[in-house]
Amino acid sequence: MTAERGLPPVLARAEGVSKSFGGFTAVADVSLQVRGGEIVGLIGANGAGKTTLIRMLLGLLNTSGGRVEVFGTAPSRNERRRLGYVAQGLGLYTDLTVSQNVEFSATAFGVDPADIELPGEVAAVRNELIGGIGLGRQRQLAFACALGHRPDLLVLDEPTSGVDALARARLWDVIHDQAAAGVGVLVTTHYMQEAQQCDRLVIMAGGRVVESGVLTEIIGGRTAIEVHTDEWARVFSVLNDAGLLATLAGRRVRVARTELATVGQALAVAGVEAHVTEVPATLDETCCQWARAIDSDRPPNGRVVDMPRNPQAANQPVA
Amino acid sequence: MIYGCRDLSVKLHGAPTLALTEVSVQVPPGAVTAVVGGDGAGKSTLLRCLVGEIVPTDGVVQRPSKAEVGYMSSSSGTWSELTVNENIDFVAGAYGVRGQALSMRRRQLLRGTGLDHAGSRLAGQLSGGMRRKLGFVLASLHRPRLLVLDEPSTGVDPVSRVELWRLIAEAAADGAAVVMSTTYLDEAERASSILVLDRGRAVLQGATDEVMASVPGRIVEVEIPSDRSRAWRRGRIFHQWLPAGATESGRGVRVTPDLEDAIIVEMLGAGR
Repeated sequence: MTAERGLPPVLARAEGVSKSFGGFTAVADVSLQVRGGEIVGLIGANGAGKTTLIRMLLGLLNTSGGRVEVFGTAPSRNERRRLGYVAQGLGLYTDLTVSQNVEFSATAFGVDPADIELPGEVAAVRNELIGGIGLGRQRQLAFACALGHRPDLLVLDEPTSGVDALARARLWDVIHDQAAAGVGVLVTTHYMQEAQQCDRLVIMAGGRVVESGVLTEIIGGRTAIEVHTDEWARVFSVLNDAGLLATLAGRRVRVARTELATVGQALAVAGVEAHVTEVPATLDETCCQWARAIDSDRPPNGRVVDMPRNPQAANQPVA
Repeated sequence: MIYGCRDLSVKLHGAPTLALTEVSVQVPPGAVTAVVGGDGAGKSTLLRCLVGEIVPTDGVVQRPSKAEVGYMSSSSGTWSELTVNENIDFVAGAYGVRGQALSMRRRQLLRGTGLDHAGSRLAGQLSGGMRRKLGFVLASLHRPRLLVLDEPSTGVDPVSRVELWRLIAEAAADGAAVVMSTTYLDEAERASSILVLDRGRAVLQGATDEVMASVPGRIVEVEIPSDRSRAWRRGRIFHQWLPAGATESGRGVRVTPDLEDAIIVEMLGAGR
């Protein structure tokens, strides 16, 4: 754990980390670091390798290759004392009450249950079973338990999935307050709105890091085209038939990975009048542009041979 | 004919409280309607009422005949032991889509979803994103007049999500009445109208543009909010709600509210 050039210390680090399960590679050559006071967002679809990576940082899984460190050393039970973790499944005991969960968590980390501060609406149901208090309050409780021992590093696996907008805003308040107090935060999500809450993003797909940096750097001036029109269905059909990646956005039509002139021309050919503007791309739309860039840079040479289930067909040679 | 429901209340078997309380929503043809809310808000229950899987306790559901409804459940509704083509054949058989109509529709949908090279793969071997797209293909195969999609893009990668939006718009442009649930507010903003559910009740609904434009008072962007109870984070800065008639002025930059702002303000205004 070094503090170079006055930067806050690196609290979690992965270097060239891989993890395979049998023949399946879940994480391939991933590197990232989290410093004190910063919120790093790990973005990706289900199956992208986010949770596997987190489990290796927590010491719950061994790596197949590469190195992970928390607080400058290999993850262990000792380091776990300085780390707060909220799992996707929350890790609460559903047949215990709120208070009993708090006591359990406090005992496990050797702190006084009174030190675990509960938000008002959770404290109001302290004698109820977890199953009956609703998901929003369950998530707030899981946060409170993870923070009870004043960790230096917070690892949150999809911390706000399934909660309403207000509950999500309150959970992000807690996350930002922790970061402001110097805690390093690693948070996984597949919500693009949550990506905007993070200081830095690491985007994973198929077990690999495909992009990382500040959101504005990642989008990097890429644009999408918006078409303002009274007849969205007609405009959409024209652009869709022209092979453009058109989508609906309220009463406008939005087109990703294309240029103003291309959209204008497609509409002119069809004789449709509409107001066309260039707007900043969203993160999703930016990802679509990479997908095309990867396709065109290196056309795929491989092929997929599916093993037939019909035993007779299995004897036939692959054409 | 506008599909939807009026004053819908649902008490699920064995549940102590109502899953839905007097919910009304219209699902017009040629448009996308989004149903938004957290887990347990009643989104799936509402959609299941619209497709006829749940008989409501009170209220009226208006929908076309079963043969003209397409439904993608939250578990995607594909058969993992069948190939992509066998999944399509099975559903086509159930809805009586055959011959040239079937082969044209199959080609169109498989190409549109990028599944055209995966026809002989088992659905169970597809990635999550591809399986959701197959679920969409199956729900929309027979060109239903009412297309009901339960969280079609949950857990899907960003590229597949944009492709799904394109397919959803295509169905609506084709004249279908589309209703979809989502927990992503940036996605809900793409629908022409929305219904926000909280604990089984409608807390906010209407044309999406109008919902965002009719936030009472002002939303300002500030570095340090004067009232944390009315402020929420946007990265390192805050959005703060100044209710109509608030005396405070000159603090922060006024911003155009998005859907997240609109919903938070509504819930704060309701005393949450």
